[in-house]
Amino acid sequence: MNAVISMTNLRKSYGDLEVLSGIDLTVSPGEVVCLIGPSGSGKSTLLRCVNQLEQATSGTVTVLGQTIASDDHEPDIDIDDVRARVGMVFQQFNLFSHMTVLENCTIAQRKVLGRSKPDAERIAQENLERVGLGDRGDANPRQLSGGQQQRVAIARALSMDPQLMLFDEPTSALDPELVGDVLSVMRELAEQGMTMLVVTHEMAFARDVADRVLFMDGGVIVEEGPASQVISNPQEERTRQFLQRVLDPTHTPVAGKEHKDS
Amino acid sequence: MTSTLNSPTRRRKKFTPRQRAALSRGVQYGILLVVAVIIALTADWQRISSNLFNVEVALRMLPQLPSAALNTIIYTLFAFALGLALGIILALMRLSSVALYRWIATLWIEFFRGIPALLVVFTVGFAVPIAFGVRIDSITAKAAIALGIVSSAYIAETIRAGIQAVPAGQIEAARSLGMSPTRTMLTVTLPQAFRIVLPPMTNELILLTKDTSLVYLLGLSASAYDLTKVGRDALNSGTGGLTGLFVVGAAYLCITIPLGFLARWLERRTGGGSR
Ligand SMILES: Nc1ncnc2c1ncn2[C@@H]1O[C@H](COP(=O)(O)OP(=O)(O)OP(=O)(O)O)[C@@H](O)[C@H]1O
Ligand SMILES: [Mg+2]
Repeated sequence: MNAVISMTNLRKSYGDLEVLSGIDLTVSPGEVVCLIGPSGSGKSTLLRCVNQLEQATSGTVTVLGQTIASDDHEPDIDIDDVRARVGMVFQQFNLFSHMTVLENCTIAQRKVLGRSKPDAERIAQENLERVGLGDRGDANPRQLSGGQQQRVAIARALSMDPQLMLFDEPTSALDPELVGDVLSVMRELAEQGMTMLVVTHEMAFARDVADRVLFMDGGVIVEEGPASQVISNPQEERTRQFLQRVLDPTHTPVAGKEHKDS
Repeated sequence: MTSTLNSPTRRRKKFTPRQRAALSRGVQYGILLVVAVIIALTADWQRISSNLFNVEVALRMLPQLPSAALNTIIYTLFAFALGLALGIILALMRLSSVALYRWIATLWIEFFRGIPALLVVFTVGFAVPIAFGVRIDSITAKAAIALGIVSSAYIAETIRAGIQAVPAGQIEAARSLGMSPTRTMLTVTLPQAFRIVLPPMTNELILLTKDTSLVYLLGLSASAYDLTKVGRDALNSGTGGLTGLFVVGAAYLCITIPLGFLARWLERRTGGGSR
């Protein structure tokens, strides 16, 4: 069984700042991996190294059988070909604002995969229905709520028939009552066997859907394992502190302030 | 905090806010009225009607205006088409990863932005034919080349700013779907940049409309007269004083003001920019 993603000793620096300090990660086909961790720990950077929106500083990254970063030699690969098979969903949706919902879902199919217009539209329509927005194809992105926009973004990615989906805090920019719609679309996707790497702060989603949860802090993976272990019974102190802050924010000791219970 | 409201140190106001607003408006209207009265009293209406707006001279010019206005529009449109095409190329060169392209584009932009349009019109009209032995017969072509080159410098900078104003997330979304850099530029970046630059681009078009007044330098046959040339001829005809200039001035406004409206309408229709 070939890994969908495999990273060894991945490092990434911006100037003097090392954001990723040696990441080893393997994601198998059909696996759903959730990435949790405090702000600035490098979750987005790690995710973006998978489709080379960020270039690794050192280490090896292999995605869908293609080595896109390597220490021994500068791989001369067609990154666009890899990206076409890897869907990505952003925190800010990033729908093309000058196109309708349907055009958003067809443009890459036609220009990248070379599908005919009718084929592309049929596939786009199927995926819009899959996310519950089959009737909004003619709408303009800015006419939709955040939750609807994010579901269109998922449909846009799915229309490319990806073999791997990357999600970067897909629900963080949403009003609380819209989060559920997006999460249930993602859960369905997971149940249908999609390989997914998800950065999220939704612990309930991670607990219920993820096969594996990784806790990152300071550019390294601090703890990883099944959701039941990492979230419900964390072994590392840093993981415990982070989870307390996320799951019970009102009883979190204020950073820098003396607290009695520790 | 009510305490500050009642604090004794607070200066007492004689008027309520609404009264103050009314007073301010009254003063502004008053100033306007005084200025109008002064102008009306000091102006010599007799001389104005014979030298500045001579109805007879204006009427005599009228038949020439439609074709002159059409010529002005034609020169503008051809120059704009060329300026836009060159401007896009220059903007992309400015943003190119090849340093040589960036230098060439910067040089071109700084040069043509910095010299008077009049010099360029002269150069295209007379120096280029002498230097290269090429003869351009069409006035429209000569005007379009000269003014197109000048406006390309301004348009390039406008488009470059527009391209850079497209949110990074839009480009990342396109790239993450497997679009190449070129594909992304054509399908996402440029279309959005054009929305962003629509208002400043209208300014370029209006400036260009007025710059076509320089075509008289190329030597025009009667059928090629633009608005300014018609005005200059009227000026030289001996009667009517400056009337000719005011008439063509009004004609320019008839072209440029609708352009402003068109731009505002387009802006509203496209939602003005990307957000
Ligand atoms: N382009 C960049 N240039 C310089 N520093 C960057 C850049 N992008 C990210 N960083 C830094 O890298 C670190 C990790 O950023 P990253 O976005 O991966 O964190 P994150 O875990 O996704 O955080 P968040 O939960 O806030 O999204 C941060 O300290 C950030 O300031
Ligand atoms: Mg992030």
